[in-house]
Amino acid sequence: MNILELHHLKKYFATQKAVDDISFSIEQGSIFGLLGPNGAGKTTLIRMITGIFYPDDGDVVLDGKKFDPVNDIIKIGYMPEERGLYKKMKIGEQALYLAQLKGMRKSDAIEKLKFWFKKLEMESWWNKKVEDLSKGMSQKLQFVTTVLHEPKLIILDEPFSGLDPLNANLIKDEIYGLAQRGSTIIFSTHRMEQVEEICDHIVLVNLGKKILDGTVQQVKNDFKENKFSLQLAGITAPIESNLFDVIDQKANHLIVKMKANTSSNDVLKYFIDRQIIIEAFNEVLPSLNDIFIRLVEGTQATTRSFQKIDA
Amino acid sequence: MNKIRLIARREFLTRVQKRTFLLTTILLPLLFFGFYALIIYFSVSSGEKYNIAVADQANIFNNKIMGDDNINFVFTPNETPQQLKQDVANKKYDGYAYIPADSKNAGEPSITIVTEKSVGLVSRGKIEDKINAALEQQRLLKFNISKSQLDSAQEEGNIQFSTIEGKNDSGDSAGLSYAIGYVAGFLIYIVLFIYGAMVMRGVMEEKVSRIAEVIVSSVKPFQLMMGKILGIGAVGLVQFLIWIILMVGLNFLLPVIFPHLATEMQSMNAQNQTMQAAETLKSAGLIHSSGVNFPLLIFCFIFYFIGGYLLYSSLFACVGSAVNEDPQDAQSLMLPITMPIIFAIVIMTKAVNEPTSSLAVFGSLFPLFSPIVMMARIAHGVGDVLPLWQLIASMFFLVIGFLITTWFAAKVYRTGILMYGKKPSWKEMWKWAFRKS
Repeated sequence: MNILELHHLKKYFATQKAVDDISFSIEQGSIFGLLGPNGAGKTTLIRMITGIFYPDDGDVVLDGKKFDPVNDIIKIGYMPEERGLYKKMKIGEQALYLAQLKGMRKSDAIEKLKFWFKKLEMESWWNKKVEDLSKGMSQKLQFVTTVLHEPKLIILDEPFSGLDPLNANLIKDEIYGLAQRGSTIIFSTHRMEQVEEICDHIVLVNLGKKILDGTVQQVKNDFKENKFSLQLAGITAPIESNLFDVIDQKANHLIVKMKANTSSNDVLKYFIDRQIIIEAFNEVLPSLNDIFIRLVEGTQATTRSFQKIDA
Repeated sequence: MNKIRLIARREFLTRVQKRTFLLTTILLPLLFFGFYALIIYFSVSSGEKYNIAVADQANIFNNKIMGDDNINFVFTPNETPQQLKQDVANKKYDGYAYIPADSKNAGEPSITIVTEKSVGLVSRGKIEDKINAALEQQRLLKFNISKSQLDSAQEEGNIQFSTIEGKNDSGDSAGLSYAIGYVAGFLIYIVLFIYGAMVMRGVMEEKVSRIAEVIVSSVKPFQLMMGKILGIGAVGLVQFLIWIILMVGLNFLLPVIFPHLATEMQSMNAQNQTMQAAETLKSAGLIHSSGVNFPLLIFCFIFYFIGGYLLYSSLFACVGSAVNEDPQDAQSLMLPITMPIIFAIVIMTKAVNEPTSSLAVFGSLFPLFSPIVMMARIAHGVGDVLPLWQLIASMFFLVIGFLITTWFAAKVYRTGILMYGKKPSWKEMWKWAFRKS
């Protein structure tokens, strides 16, 4: 079942087509990666999903119904990339205030906050002011306020920036936990290694358009180049074959690229025939980082130029 | 609606709980009154005491110059200038005046007062006044006119102004209206600036600290803006209320703290012409206040206070949402907002004198000016000076004006609050307001 469906969303600003006809859907309980270079239109897209912007055209369908910004806001938790807090306010009061703005009752909010503060070891913070917190600490607080009302859809924009590995792991575990309990998480970042680790499904946007959509595994398969890595016990003779090319060789470690119509068994057979012991053999899939760079490079995305729009 | 209340409550509480709020709200009037009391205290008690010997050998004064607590004249007709000089040096007197016997024939007598140290300006004036009064008395006597005869000759005629409807258009109430109109208009002027700027700073803080986007994911930008405006408006009302209570309370307390001050103030008032005028004005107003309808005045003050604040604060909010960290950007964008306020105060100073002039009528109807200008006209009374239809029209226009500025500000605000980078011009903000969201 899809928690969120976007149908042909469009949002044009005076100088650019920020989002230009994007459609995709997100399955309930999945961790979804929304990727794209700077200025690709991710934030605009998220702002339309959260009801901050109205789309110029297209629909947002949340939980099977057309998205209604006023009543559905409680179903969404959004942690923007540009996130701040009231510096002079006490942390407990601030978290309570944000929860009440979401529409939570005060007593519920206090109970939930106590639970989360305990879980993330923040209990001593309640009466401190935000200005006493470090960047990473306030990030933890923001995470808590985002997920406090147990939204069905959680949108996290660069949630790990500024967190040390320990706290990043803490948050990561909570994200997994939330997904297991049925929340859907949209995860927006340019850190591909995190996406690879966490996300089930990704969409890549560039210049306001969707250029890639699929599960991480599927995307990697689509972009694979038939490369294999081999760990051999000892190489006696130079390796040459019309079945494959050796791309890289470091001592006994080889990376080979197979030619068309070659199967992995053919490669193995080649080494077995030559009495070379194979210690490890596995396929090399491209990293998302490679795919990202390959797709985005050369599209002028890095210097997204301003266009004239007649709309 | 519920969310606006939540936001307004936070805005109100965070401001009211601040130490600076307590300081400015409670200490300011105290400080003000402390100064006030000190000034009065010093101006009353600073009069140095002078004991002046008068060797009036020409007998110009007939041994009589009225002194007071601070200045005393002693007649020593038989002492010579040398003796007097000696006495002054010995601190028997503070100064002396020697009038030689032949000076009576030389027309206007010239009197020289010799003192040890030079005399302060205030005391100098007092001494001159007293001597001149004594001279006048003597001259009148020369013409066989007594002081009471002169006073009755100079008595003012009983002149009254009345309108066609037969209403007593007494000057007392016109003067009172003038004062009330002026003060009320000026208070609203100050309110617009203080609390308008507070709204602007609050919006800027939200934008600069990047909390705006977190909040607008839970509430509409309009709710955030209205909550802020209402919360700060409540702070303003509470602050004003406390000030009024404190001022009134202290006014009563002042004579209790300085009991001797009250009597001295009265005696000083008797001497001071302008103060005397103010005093009669006050008492006249309080005795027959029929010219000024106080309940209506207070109602209108609150109406225009709130109306003016709402109208302008939404514009201030819209400027706050448009600028970034740089306060100078705010300054240049604020100019189109501050200009009408300053215009209004200029029109108000005219309207207070000429409440029926066409400029005053225009100013009191146009919503950008009416909160300030109308106060000057209302004080003159509704009915003759200010037709009722004009008051109702003005209130109606103010509400319409408030709706328009709020609509405009909300449109600009929702774009501006999430926009970082270069400062927009008013032209761009105008475009934000009219494009579809």
